[in-house]
Amino acid sequence: MMSKIVKTIAGISFPFITIYGLYVIAHGHLTPGGGFQGGAIVASGLILLLVAYGTDWIIEKIKESHLSILESLGALGFIGVAFLGLIFGGMFFTNFIAGTSMLFGGIPTSTAANINTGGTLPLMNFAVGLKVIAGLFAIVLVMAYAISKEEGE
Amino acid sequence: MNILDILLQQSPALIVATPLLGAFLTPLIGKLGYNVRNIFIIIILAVTAFLVFLLASDVFSGNIHTYVFGGTTSTVLSNTVIRILFEVDGLSIFMAIITVILSLAAVIYSWAFMREETGQDKYYTLLLLMTTGMFGMVLTGDLFNFFVFLEITSIASCALIAFWTHKAKAVEAAFNYMVISTIGALFVLLSIAFLYGKYDALNIAKLASRITPVSFSFIDKLSLILLLAALTMKAGIAPMHMWLPDAYGRAPASISIILVGATQASLYGVFRICFTLYGNVIQIPEVSLGWIMVILGLITMLIGVFMAMIQIDFKKLIAYGALAELGYMFLGVGTGLTILSNPQLSLASNSFALQAMKGGIFHIINDALDVGLLFLVAGAVYYATKESSLNNLGGIARNMKYTTVFFLIGLLAVSGIPPMNGFASKLLIYESVYQLNPILAIIAILASIMLLAIMVKVFYSAFLGPKIDRFQDIREAPKSMLIAMGILASLIIFFGLFPDLIVNTLVEPAVKAITHPTSYILWLTGGV
Amino acid sequence: MIANIPFLAVMAMIIIGLATVVFKRNLIKMVIGVSIIESGVNLFLITLGYREHSVAPIYTASPGGIMSYPVPQALTLTSIVIGVAVLALMLSLVIYIYRHYKTLDIRKLGGGEE
Repeated sequence: MMSKIVKTIAGISFPFITIYGLYVIAHGHLTPGGGFQGGAIVASGLILLLVAYGTDWIIEKIKESHLSILESLGALGFIGVAFLGLIFGGMFFTNFIAGTSMLFGGIPTSTAANINTGGTLPLMNFAVGLKVIAGLFAIVLVMAYAISKEEGE
Repeated sequence: MNILDILLQQSPALIVATPLLGAFLTPLIGKLGYNVRNIFIIIILAVTAFLVFLLASDVFSGNIHTYVFGGTTSTVLSNTVIRILFEVDGLSIFMAIITVILSLAAVIYSWAFMREETGQDKYYTLLLLMTTGMFGMVLTGDLFNFFVFLEITSIASCALIAFWTHKAKAVEAAFNYMVISTIGALFVLLSIAFLYGKYDALNIAKLASRITPVSFSFIDKLSLILLLAALTMKAGIAPMHMWLPDAYGRAPASISIILVGATQASLYGVFRICFTLYGNVIQIPEVSLGWIMVILGLITMLIGVFMAMIQIDFKKLIAYGALAELGYMFLGVGTGLTILSNPQLSLASNSFALQAMKGGIFHIINDALDVGLLFLVAGAVYYATKESSLNNLGGIARNMKYTTVFFLIGLLAVSGIPPMNGFASKLLIYESVYQLNPILAIIAILASIMLLAIMVKVFYSAFLGPKIDRFQDIREAPKSMLIAMGILASLIIFFGLFPDLIVNTLVEPAVKAITHPTSYILWLTGGV
Repeated sequence: MIANIPFLAVMAMIIIGLATVVFKRNLIKMVIGVSIIESGVNLFLITLGYREHSVAPIYTASPGGIMSYPVPQALTLTSIVIGVAVLALMLSLVIYIYRHYKTLDIRKLGGGEE
């Protein structure tokens, strides 16, 4: 539990951090960054809330078991896209979307940034992002919970 | 193209992907109930086993199987290999067969063994992840990929060693293992970086074709030493064996048996690097590390048996026995390497080199089965009596008939008594090592005899002897544990009765794969 | 030579990390030592990919000219991700060890019952 100033500032900056993290995830196939980096940014925003408001407050809102299900879903999304590559493209991890008219199917024609490119890469970035957000936050949450219980005793 | 051909073509990727998919589905399937989840995991591993044997049937007919991730196009662009490749030859598939047998036995065993525990979803997720890592390590054809799978294996196995977190010793052993294996893996990464910086390739075959006697320099020597030091450390070879008995002994029995497979996957790394990566320069004196392997093998063997003598903890004693067995593999393969890499030795001694290699490689699968069976027996005894100290055990043969028989089989196999499988491979090793130096063979035989004495002592003090009131009402181990032990025991007897069959079908291709590295290296020009 | 300074830093970091792991008796400091070795290896990988007067290997809005190697950067990223997992696992093990023994000093571990 921190002072009111810390809580307020954390509350204000949390949405900005989250948006920035999501931006990094979404533009992973164009600029430096991607699922892991963006996910780490979002998770650090959540950890800021954890530090400011205390573990008990957070644990009322988010259960660790829900986080691990989200994490599994992220991993499943990643490997699911790989399996789709096997089914539609003939090999595991094949980029079967690139060069088609589907979403993200475009092929870049100049060095100008075009978000509608990359094929399966953005999808994989989203899956990894989900996994990293859930996983990293779950790690810190569980550790903080364990330590706060110890100090309370 | 029928479905079997497609499966065969895709099998290297599917062998790794199926357990991985299973690992991430486990937390979701786990909500449906205990039996559903366990049946699901056994099905996942059975599918993997089917794919492994399908691939094995192809590889044993003489092909090297390659798989390109992410595309069907040729991967050689202006002399650079792009995309991650899996390259499966006889040795890889041999190790994959060991992995699949051990993990299937462990999962069947866990059904009853872990029934009372909490957090089983995580247990099975980690178990499948560890299996994935081991498959990846043995199937990959890319050095950096090897490092990634090495880390997956060590992280998952470390978390599993500490699974019984209420035991302080287990957590301590896990921390110990984690520090050692992480530093080892980082040195592997460092030497991969050295090789990448010098040769601009990460593909094992491509790297091997670029490491030639002309290009050989200090950097190559340094990375060879770093790679071997780190991987022998992870394989538990002396003098860096100290984490192994703790980790084996403190982990749940169903994990100890997979850990045997994980150390052997590191051993595979050692062989792959000595024989394939440095295959072109094997006759350069600095690279021919055969004698060092022989001596390390002997030291490991002696430390194993001497330390096993003074142990009073059942599982720790078996862990030291496992250490001694590792020494035999190193001794056999080291002898082969010594003779192969020495251009002065005549062609006649070459057949002994092959025999030594056969013995060493055959002993890998035998050790996995024997030691695995003993660990499972120790786990069953612990399950029934909640007692692991040999001082307090006694007379349990009255109540646990089948377990006693299985222990007897494991005992005979591990100390190399006919008609068990340990005899077949140890005989090959003794015969060929005798040609190199008779003293080595004598030490190896003595170590084996001592191991027999130790194991007989355990058999007597734990299973025979007078009745103890505390163990009046203990019951035989549950069915699933008996089935797992039964699978291993029947394989041991089968291998012992038909060693020629196994050597010809399984071991011969593996030996051929590492003694003829050129076929592995030259697949690029041979056309994918 | 100014270009060799990163390599000296790599060596220094690996040696400092190893010394920390071997000589320090506090478990947290051992974990820090492992982290330092890891950073050293990562720095080495990054340095391998550097070329003089090169730009970052980003296709989008590239100013032109030669790019540094992207492969070592991808390798480093993978190694960092693995490092996070290793670090988290080691720290949680340290928490468990502290719960059992109420100390982080490795000389005082190892006693007690099973």
